[in-house]
Amino acid sequence: MNAINRKEQNTLARAVLEIDVNNHPGVMSHVVGLFSRRAYNVEGILCLPVGDGKQSRIWLLVIEDQRLPQMMKQVEKLEDVIALRRHTAEHAVFQDLESFFRP
Amino acid sequence: MTETLTGAQIAVRLLERQGIRIVTGYPGGAILPIYDALGQSTAIRHVLARHEQGAGFVAQGMARATGQVAVCMASSGPGATNLLTAVADAKLDSIPLVAITGQVPKAMIGTDAFQEVDTYGLSIPITKHNFLVSSAEELLTVIPRAFAIAASGRPGPVLIDIPKDVQSQAIEIAEWPEPGRAEAVPAADPALIARCAALINAAERPVLYLGGGVIHAGAAGTAIELAEKASLPTVMTLMALGAMPVDHALALGMLGMHAARYTNLALEECDLLIAVGARFDDRATGKVAAFCPQAKIVHIDIDPAELGKIKAAHIGIVADVGEALDQLLPAVGANARTAWIDRCRALKTEFPLAMHGAADPRSHFGLIRSVAACLDDEATVATDVGQHQMWVAQAYPLRRPRQWLTSGGLGTMGFGVPAAIGAALAEPQRTVVCFTGDGSILMNIQELVTAAEENVNLKIVLMDNSALGLVHQQQTLFYGERLFASQFKARPDFIKVAQGLGIAAVDLDLAANPCATLVEAITRPGPCLIHVSIDSEEKVYPMVPPGAANRDMIGA
Repeated sequence: MNAINRKEQNTLARAVLEIDVNNHPGVMSHVVGLFSRRAYNVEGILCLPVGDGKQSRIWLLVIEDQRLPQMMKQVEKLEDVIALRRHTAEHAVFQDLESFFRP
Repeated sequence: MTETLTGAQIAVRLLERQGIRIVTGYPGGAILPIYDALGQSTAIRHVLARHEQGAGFVAQGMARATGQVAVCMASSGPGATNLLTAVADAKLDSIPLVAITGQVPKAMIGTDAFQEVDTYGLSIPITKHNFLVSSAEELLTVIPRAFAIAASGRPGPVLIDIPKDVQSQAIEIAEWPEPGRAEAVPAADPALIARCAALINAAERPVLYLGGGVIHAGAAGTAIELAEKASLPTVMTLMALGAMPVDHALALGMLGMHAARYTNLALEECDLLIAVGARFDDRATGKVAAFCPQAKIVHIDIDPAELGKIKAAHIGIVADVGEALDQLLPAVGANARTAWIDRCRALKTEFPLAMHGAADPRSHFGLIRSVAACLDDEATVATDVGQHQMWVAQAYPLRRPRQWLTSGGLGTMGFGVPAAIGAALAEPQRTVVCFTGDGSILMNIQELVTAAEENVNLKIVLMDNSALGLVHQQQTLFYGERLFASQFKARPDFIKVAQGLGIAAVDLDLAANPCATLVEAITRPGPCLIHVSIDSEEKVYPMVPPGAANRDMIGA
C-alpha cells in the first residue's frame, strides 16, 4: 500500500471513517497503531474534541481494500472507541480542507 | 469514615478487594512504593521471580490453571521491557492478566530519565488495553476496570503503568469501588442458532473443531454433549487439548501441522466444519484455501473480529461459546451418523499416529507415556516450546480442561518452567509436570531458584537433544541439511545446574531402572528435574511443510 504512487492512489476507491473516542493522550496511538502494524496507510487524519471535551471525534481517510472490514472490526474492539461509522470518499469532511494541502 | 491512603496503598487494597491472594513480580526503584505497601498486606502473598519475564509467566500459569485473572508486577524501564514477552504471549492465547509496572515520576516522563521507557506505547499492540495512570484518584476506576477488561469477552492482558509520584500521592478515600468482574455478553442470535442446527442436522460428514475459547468459556462439557448427541467427530487445536478426552470415541485429536494423518484426512472429507472458539490459525489450517475444501463453515466466537478474518463462514455467530452451545444442544437432533463415524474409525485405523519406541522410557514418546503412567488426570501438564511440546501434544493422554498449559500463539521458549510454577502455586494440591527442552529451559533457567524457594510440587522433564530440535528439523528437511546454529557444542551439566539452583535432579540416562527412577522422582514431593537425553535426529512427524496444504503431510 505504501509503495504506490500518487497517480495510482487517486484511482483507488477511498473510504472515510468517523470514530467517536474517549479523549485522552493515548487514544490516537491506539487507533492508528492498528493501521500501521498492518502496513495499511492512513491517507488523512482529523481529530477534535466534541462537546465538553470528554470525547473526541477522529476522521480517517483510508484506501478501501479488502482488509477494511477487518480493520473496522479491530477499531471497534478498542476500549476507547465508542462508535464507528463508515462513509464514502465523497464525504465533505476532507474535501473542505483541500485548500490547506496545496503543494 | 474516610481514610488517607497513598496511591500505592490504594492499589494494594484494590487488588485485595479483587480477591487476589498471590502476586508475582520483581521490584525496582520506580515501583518501590507499591512494594512497600504490598509488604504490609496480610491478604496477599508476593512470589519473587528471578526475572520479570519469569514473573509474567508465573502469573500466566496461575491464570491458565484457574481461569481467574492473575497479577504480575515489574519496575520501570528494563523491568517493564522484560515483562512484555509474557504479556504478548498472554495476548495471543487470550489469557486474563493484569500487569502493573512502575514508571518514573510524571514530571520526568519524556526526559529520558533513569530507567524510563515508554511502557504505555510499547504495550499498546500486545495488550487488550492499557493505562497510564495520572493520579491516585484515577486508580479507583482504572484498577477495577483493568480486571473487568481482562476477564470480559475474549480474555486478555491489561497493563497499568503507574508513575512513582502517583504511587506516593496521598488522598482521602470515603468509598471503595466494586471489584471489576467479567461483564455479561449478549446471547447468541436464536435465528442463527436455528440455522446452525439445521446445517448440523442436514450434514453427512460434520466435524466439530474446538479451540481455546472452549476452555476459556468453561464449555468443554457442553461441547462433548453436543458431539455425543449429534455424533460429531471432534478435532482440537493445540489450545483446546483436554477439552475432550483424547480417548473419547469421537476424539480425532489435534489438527494441523503436527496432527495425526487421520485427523487432517477427516477434515479433508468433512462437509460441515463447526468451529467453536477457534481462530483458524495457520498452524491449524495449513494453506487456508485448501483447508476443509468440501465443507460449509459455522463459526462461533466471542470476538466479532475473528469471524471472517481468515476464512469466510456460512454462518457466523458472535457469542459466549458456552451459551451458544447451550442453545444449540436442544436444537440438534440425535443422529448416529453411522457411515461417517465408521469412515473416521477406518481413517484412524489406516492412518494412525506412529508412536515408535513408546515402550522405551528413554525414547521421546516412551518417556512421555511413562510420565503419564505415573500420574492421573488431576495432574497439570505444562510444556515449553519446540519438538518436545509437539510430542507431548501428540502423545500425552490429556483428559481435562485446563490440564494443559502451553504457549500456543506466540510460541515462547522459556514459557514452561515459570508457567508451571504458577500453576503449582495456584493449585498446590496438584502435581505439575513441565516438559521442556535443553533450548527452552535455558531461556528461564533462573526460575528454578523460584521453584526451590516456593518448594512447589513441580517435576521438570528435560528432553535434552543438545539441539534446537525444530530448527534442526526444518534445516534438515527444507534447507538442504545445512545445519547452522541449531546444535549446541557446549552441553551444560543440567543435573549440577539444577542442584546448584537448589532443586533435586535425577538423570534417567544413568538409571539402572529408568521406570523406577521416574516413579520415585515424580512421587517425591517438591521440585525435581528429570534429565533424559533424546536423539537429535528424531523428528516431529507427521509434518505439514510451512505453507503447504494439510493433506500434504510428510513423514511417518
